[in-house]
Amino acid sequence: MVNGVVVEFPALKLMLLLPALGVVFNLFLGRRAGRAIVNVVSVAAVVGAFLLALWALGELLALPAGSALKATLWSWIYVGPLQIDLGLRFDALAAVMTLVVSGVGSIIHLYSCGYMGEDPDYARFFAYMNLFTLSMLVLVLGNNLLFMFIGWEGVGLCSYLLIAFWYDNAQFAYNGRKAFVVNRIGDAGFLLGIFALAAAFASRGLWTLDFAAMREHISLVSSAVATMAGLLFFLGATGKSAQIPLYVWLPDAMVGPTPVSALIHAATMVTAGVYMVARLGFLYQLTPATMEVVAAVGAITAFFAATVALAQSDIKRVLAYSTISQIGYMFLGAGAGAFGAAIFHIVTHAFFKALLFLGAGSVMHALGGEQDMSRMGGLRRKLPVTHATMLVATLAITAVPGFSGFFSKDEILEAAYVSGHYWLWGLGVITAGLTGLYMFRLFFLTFYGRSRVEAARLPRLHESPAVMTIPLVILALLSLGGGWIGLPAGMLWGDRIGEFLRPVVGQVKSVPGLEALALSAVASAAALSGLVLAFVFYVAAPGLPERAAAWSGALYRALREKYYVDELYDFLVTRPLFFLSDVAFDRVIDSYAIEGLVDGAAAAARGGAAAIRRVETGNVQHYALTYLCGALAVLAYCLYYSMRHG
Amino acid sequence: MISGTIGAALDASWRPVLAPAVVAITAMAVMLVGSRLGEEDSEGLGWLTFSGLALAALCAFAAVGRHAPAFAGALIVDDYTAFFYCLIAVCAAMVVLLSLDYVPALELPSTEYYALLLSATVGMMLLAAAGDLIIIFLGLETMSISVYVMAAIARRDPRSSEAGLKYFLLGAFSTGFLLYGIALLYGATGSIKLEAISRALQSSALAASPLVLLGLAMMLIGFGFKVAAVPFHAWTPDAYEGAPTPVTALMAVGVKSAAFAGFLRLLLVYLPALHAQWGGALWVLAALTMSVGNLVALAQNNVKRMLAYSAIAHAGYILVGMTAAGGAAGAAVLYYLLGYAFANLGAFAVLVAVERVEQPGTTLADLGGLAKGQPMLAAAMALFMLSLMGLPPLAGFVGKFYVFSAALQAGYVWLVVLAALNSVISTYYYARVIVAMYVNEGAERKLRARRPGLSVALAVAIAATIIIGVDPRPYVEMAAGAYASAAGIARSGVRAAFLAH
Amino acid sequence: MATWFPIAVIIGFAAFVVGAMVSANRILGPRRPSPVKGQAFECGNPPSGSAWARFSVRFYLIAILFLVFDVEVVLLYPWAVAIRRFGTVGLVDAGIFVAVLMVALIYAVRRGALDPD
Repeated sequence: MVNGVVVEFPALKLMLLLPALGVVFNLFLGRRAGRAIVNVVSVAAVVGAFLLALWALGELLALPAGSALKATLWSWIYVGPLQIDLGLRFDALAAVMTLVVSGVGSIIHLYSCGYMGEDPDYARFFAYMNLFTLSMLVLVLGNNLLFMFIGWEGVGLCSYLLIAFWYDNAQFAYNGRKAFVVNRIGDAGFLLGIFALAAAFASRGLWTLDFAAMREHISLVSSAVATMAGLLFFLGATGKSAQIPLYVWLPDAMVGPTPVSALIHAATMVTAGVYMVARLGFLYQLTPATMEVVAAVGAITAFFAATVALAQSDIKRVLAYSTISQIGYMFLGAGAGAFGAAIFHIVTHAFFKALLFLGAGSVMHALGGEQDMSRMGGLRRKLPVTHATMLVATLAITAVPGFSGFFSKDEILEAAYVSGHYWLWGLGVITAGLTGLYMFRLFFLTFYGRSRVEAARLPRLHESPAVMTIPLVILALLSLGGGWIGLPAGMLWGDRIGEFLRPVVGQVKSVPGLEALALSAVASAAALSGLVLAFVFYVAAPGLPERAAAWSGALYRALREKYYVDELYDFLVTRPLFFLSDVAFDRVIDSYAIEGLVDGAAAAARGGAAAIRRVETGNVQHYALTYLCGALAVLAYCLYYSMRHG
Repeated sequence: MISGTIGAALDASWRPVLAPAVVAITAMAVMLVGSRLGEEDSEGLGWLTFSGLALAALCAFAAVGRHAPAFAGALIVDDYTAFFYCLIAVCAAMVVLLSLDYVPALELPSTEYYALLLSATVGMMLLAAAGDLIIIFLGLETMSISVYVMAAIARRDPRSSEAGLKYFLLGAFSTGFLLYGIALLYGATGSIKLEAISRALQSSALAASPLVLLGLAMMLIGFGFKVAAVPFHAWTPDAYEGAPTPVTALMAVGVKSAAFAGFLRLLLVYLPALHAQWGGALWVLAALTMSVGNLVALAQNNVKRMLAYSAIAHAGYILVGMTAAGGAAGAAVLYYLLGYAFANLGAFAVLVAVERVEQPGTTLADLGGLAKGQPMLAAAMALFMLSLMGLPPLAGFVGKFYVFSAALQAGYVWLVVLAALNSVISTYYYARVIVAMYVNEGAERKLRARRPGLSVALAVAIAATIIIGVDPRPYVEMAAGAYASAAGIARSGVRAAFLAH
Repeated sequence: MATWFPIAVIIGFAAFVVGAMVSANRILGPRRPSPVKGQAFECGNPPSGSAWARFSVRFYLIAILFLVFDVEVVLLYPWAVAIRRFGTVGLVDAGIFVAVLMVALIYAVRRGALDPD
């Protein structure tokens, strides 16, 4: 807050109220109101929020740089010096995120009206979607850590509900649960981070979780505590944003309806981790070590996910791994100190990744729900609009110069290079090449080559209705031109978004024009060579991929099976935990160990099921014996205490 | 002249104990009326019980702000007592609402049922107000013996008899410890009055005496049983599962609140001088209680049994707060109990509504597909599970936040880390209930026609769980005021305790 | 450690008393069992039927009721001795006490606890 002022702006509350009303309406009256009204109400709620965000942006731009708008809801937690006001704060960072959430959200809500056109459960769907928008706005606009945590939990809940939206399918329900549980591990980190930070401030007499206040007094926090808190927060971020080691839920989350994948699992929620790190940038800047971790995890995840994406045949899974990879770039940028670049990449990524998902949804819609790319091909004539818009998106994610992804990715890689992370920069460049390869693989497999569509589906093949293609076109225009708000400094109107964000997220070093140009050239060359390679593999010489797969053997299998990470986690974490709970605690400690104590060797010899069954009837003597053991332990403690102190 | 004396006597000593007296009189009225009526009038008895409890809650509420020892200090009447009088009366009244159609459906003897419910309530209130060791014992036993019988009151159900018998046998066992502890403490300090004991223990020589230490340990063991702390918890799952569901609700909420009321007052208000002695033992108990409760709950398929282990786990969180000691922790525990009580009562209310007459079942499978047939019930249950899980902005979250932050301020970092990890584990089994209701398919179920009483109880529990969590400030003020009045410090002193650390 | 000595004494003494009570008759009494001695004692009559006869639960009920009113009397005797010192308040208090027990008695009678069959 360099010279900024903070202005009361009560309309911010309205921004939350609109989606909240949407939730209430859809949940309780949706079924009775009918499909048309539900569509109008849910889209209007989000569009209304978007218009309010534009209004707020206008107000904010009229104020000096570094200003913010605020609105207070009510005092929430209040004991003595600790007072947490639930308030909203609309500064530059929140403005960018709010516009993305409500803007891209509006487009996707509109698209959903078509996509869910046949689903009988539309009211529940839109209730969840509006609830998600509400939670995401809370996450972004919250002025303190705890309010942010509420939004954080809220979006996690919506994500779970929407992944398992078609809950009749046991596998879908399982995937929803998996996402929820994995996210909770991250959430524990977030919560502990809040405690650590709050305790650090409190020990110096400052009772606050407010972002502005914490930022102002960040010098009170020792670097050791900052490192611990930073790592804990980052653990939370890896859960929500699907980074190593907690990324495993995102590919499985693709079983949800495709608009959900586009909105939650590509454009907005999964970038919440990046937003959080940027929001807490003042904390991360205290601990270079944590920044290194963030950058390294980001770069490695980007590379790792890109390799896995090469060998997937499910169109949405490829996109899921590409999302993981792109978020890896964002963390690389954040870790290199370029929070602005990371946020910029969130914006462009929201445009082109939402477009890719919606395009994939359009393809699936045309093919009756088919997701396997080996049963697509040659669709470009049947789906011209989808094809054209997907091409724009693919060029944008590949970071071809001029498209939106180019500008943001370029800023990130430049920041990585300038801050001295040469290895991570190299990894980023290689990943850029891989991105070109796997994205154009997807594009060519879907739209080019000979058709592998099942014969029965061919006659019904059709372009999607206008309510779905119009969002595609809007997003395509944004993917094409959205990057021009952040040109390299000195070019035309320069880095507008960077300057807008600077008072909140800070400044980064830049390099002289010529050197920057060289860096861009290297990254672009890598991306284009990926594109060319994909063209050779999947259009020019279609037999080549199989030979390559056969030749690389084990490596290809490992990629295809996603490096067996799910199996590893199952073996290392899930099974032992269940074993501990079911066998070790319930049977052995609570029953069997006591059984053994009482009846000694005889029971052990009888052993097995009989013993367990007998004890599970709940023998009172055994209970009394546990009790006595506990009592003796307490008495022994007393004796010990008295001998030490008495 | 005689009437004047009686009036004065009433004024001096009876007014502070008006609430338990009202409950006791209602109990006698129920016994007299009920033994005249047939079993088909059980609902009328239920409403009589309910109105008695409501009147008691009003009396307690009216007594807020008056601080007076009654019966020569045997009872302490302050805001802390009033807080628990209200909480206990409301909990018992909610249990009555759950029982209105449960009692006739299971053909339980209604006169005895309601009379015992009321006498258990009297015991709980005495425990909360206890100012000396004898009243602690008396209250605890009045409460416990009534609840033993209530657990076994479904005579046709062998599981109910088993629950009652087990609870009774182990309860008698633990009473022995408690009584021995009382005796030793009395022997060491020469008084049964908590005030005098506290004063006597100011001298370091006496505080280090093994008699005091042993007495303290015995009392820890005795109270440990009542609050279901591991390793004194073994009775809980069997008793909770076997007892009729409204009785289980009473055990999980009323008995636990009352036991913690006595325990908290004893340790935090009157024995802070011995914190060095009991702090370590409570640390271990808290850690064990949380961890075992949560881990074993993971493997449960019966929801009542799962809630039993969850109740154990929550006792562990509360013990974390007690370990921390101090004003902030005391207030936090009071607030926590408030949120915990309503979420649990609500969960049991849903179970009562779901249980089928012909085959009472409370397994996860019985909840399958509830969201389709009974969306409101399922949504309510999900809300209670989320609150118990500790998800903001519900009451459970704010409670955990206060308790953990109080422990953190007191320097118990590792205990709080353990508690946070435990809350993570706990989400799994609470989420399983939600999944069962929303994701799994269930058999067609014929539910009993729900009487308005149960709906009212559900509505109150839902509203309380949300309101206490979303706007906690007045309730935190209430808890802080109650604890401050017991500890004899100014309300601002409790706030100052936040700063002091 | 020395401070723990009295407690060790208590524990030791308790163990000793229990042990002594259980084993004293074993040590002191002569044990010469015979069939006649093994019979159930029925006031000199030749015993008929099993010694494990079942009694009606009503006997226990009456015993418990007796206990309640027994305790009432135990409390009222000392109160009666000192009645003048307690004055009016004491009278009222005792009246309440008796009234409470009265309720219990009415309840027991109505429930048929004292019915002959």
